Amino acid sequence: MANPVPGTLRHALTNWRVLAGGVLLLLLAIAAIFASALAPYDPLDQDLAAQLAAPDWHFGADAHALGTDSLGRDVLSRLIYGSRVALTVAFVAGFLTAIAGTAMGLAAGFFGGWLDAVISRAVDIWSSFPPVLLSIILVALLGTGLWSVVAAIVLIDWTRFCRVVRAETLKQRRLDYVDAAVVAGLRPLAILWREIVPNVLPLALVLLTLEMGLAVVIEAILSFVGLSISSDAPSWGGMIAEGREVVHQAPWVLIGAMLVLLATVLGFNVLGDGLKQELDPVLR
Amino acid sequence: MSEAALTIKNLSAGIARGPMLLHGVSLSVAAGEVHGLVGMSGAGKSMVGRCVLGILPAKVAITGGSIRFAGQELVGMAERQRRRIGAGMALIPQDPLSALNPSRRIVSQMTDVMRLRLGISPTEAAARALALLHEVHIRDPQSVLRRYPHELSGGMRQRVLIATAFACEPKLIVADEPTTALDVTVQKQILRLIRDLQRSHGTALLFVTHDLGVVAKICNSVTVLNAGRIVEQAPVAEIFGQPRHPYTRALFAATPRYDQPGGAVG
Repeated sequence: MANPVPGTLRHALTNWRVLAGGVLLLLLAIAAIFASALAPYDPLDQDLAAQLAAPDWHFGADAHALGTDSLGRDVLSRLIYGSRVALTVAFVAGFLTAIAGTAMGLAAGFFGGWLDAVISRAVDIWSSFPPVLLSIILVALLGTGLWSVVAAIVLIDWTRFCRVVRAETLKQRRLDYVDAAVVAGLRPLAILWREIVPNVLPLALVLLTLEMGLAVVIEAILSFVGLSISSDAPSWGGMIAEGREVVHQAPWVLIGAMLVLLATVLGFNVLGDGLKQELDPVLR
Repeated sequence: MSEAALTIKNLSAGIARGPMLLHGVSLSVAAGEVHGLVGMSGAGKSMVGRCVLGILPAKVAITGGSIRFAGQELVGMAERQRRRIGAGMALIPQDPLSALNPSRRIVSQMTDVMRLRLGISPTEAAARALALLHEVHIRDPQSVLRRYPHELSGGMRQRVLIATAFACEPKLIVADEPTTALDVTVQKQILRLIRDLQRSHGTALLFVTHDLGVVAKICNSVTVLNAGRIVEQAPVAEIFGQPRHPYTRALFAATPRYDQPGGAVG
């Protein structure tokens, strides 16, 4: 095999986990991007004549494939538009968390000394707070809204990356090729960038996929308690909160939102597991 | 004897607030000479090499003595200045498995040093890497350059590392048990290769090993270390002819002899 990197990618596509997670998330991304074309109704349109209508599958102008909620809004359309919020949070919060946590982990693991002591103690103290409680407090302080949710996720979850990346960096730093680079007279930052970052990256990538799934859950939790975007705008967590109140008359509101949430998080986790399997032999 | 490439005087090193690891080690390696550093595990032989190269473990520090290399004192030298010594020294490591970065191609790992130290362009550096791989007798060097370390055998990797060590024409190479991780047939080839290159390039070599058989094949002079102290220091013929110190004799007795049936081990 002359060129193993495309080889690794090609091989990854034969892994059912990577494939299943990837397809699931691809569908979700399509739903989010083409929401206005795919959704049969405006997600904010209230039809007070059709409150809590049951799902019905006849094809007509007034059909609600997944039923309506207590204000007569179409559940399917709200689920489709809700994926925009979920995926925005997943990607933006996921990447920002990954960048912040990885940078801190690299700095702590590579430079050691007082910097490591400060960062590691911060991680210890940080992760002793219950994350959901901390996120609620943070959003309450920052004010509600999508970007506060993103900020809260980054502020809470950077420790997950920091810990793992720091440990891997410590391990890498002791290997002979780092010594060889020191002997050759490479600057510390060049050593960090060329010798250590490439070996930490696959790990960070796997963590990132898992983190995206987590971000979706945290956003749903914050929507559920009404701390995310306004309750009018469609979000899965908000739909779960509304659906809970009418669960005896109209369980479809709750069930629909829970299933898409489940599928999304499952998609991210399965993809993460698959990537871990595929990237491990490279790490070793 | 010609002028020394490396002179170590009274070198002491120890763990911070802990035990001493080296007690007043002195040795010198003449230009173009191979100096063996032998002793059992934990004798401090690798530590001497690491002091010279400036890659001591985090808690270990040099506590006294002097290391002179190319007319400069290395003990107490600032890190920034130290980095400039880079081209003058190189390391052939013990374990070829962990000495190459698994996620980078051979060519980029080999050319890093050349581009930094010789200031040549990537293409020139790649051409030089190719020539070096020829010199260490790697078949199909063009394709090896494009490979990742896990695609090469242990012997091949060690050849790549040897080629890299000679890349910038260093005055001194520290070889830290370069054959220990290889199997016996490959060991012989690698030893011959190191010896040949060392001769043709006229490099001084500090050869750290526990294997007296290897010392006999490759070294001009030997320092025997035990528990961080020098027990004997002599030209190789002398030490093999009549080892003076009981520890040296014990080391000889511990070397398996394959030419005598029932030759004792230990």
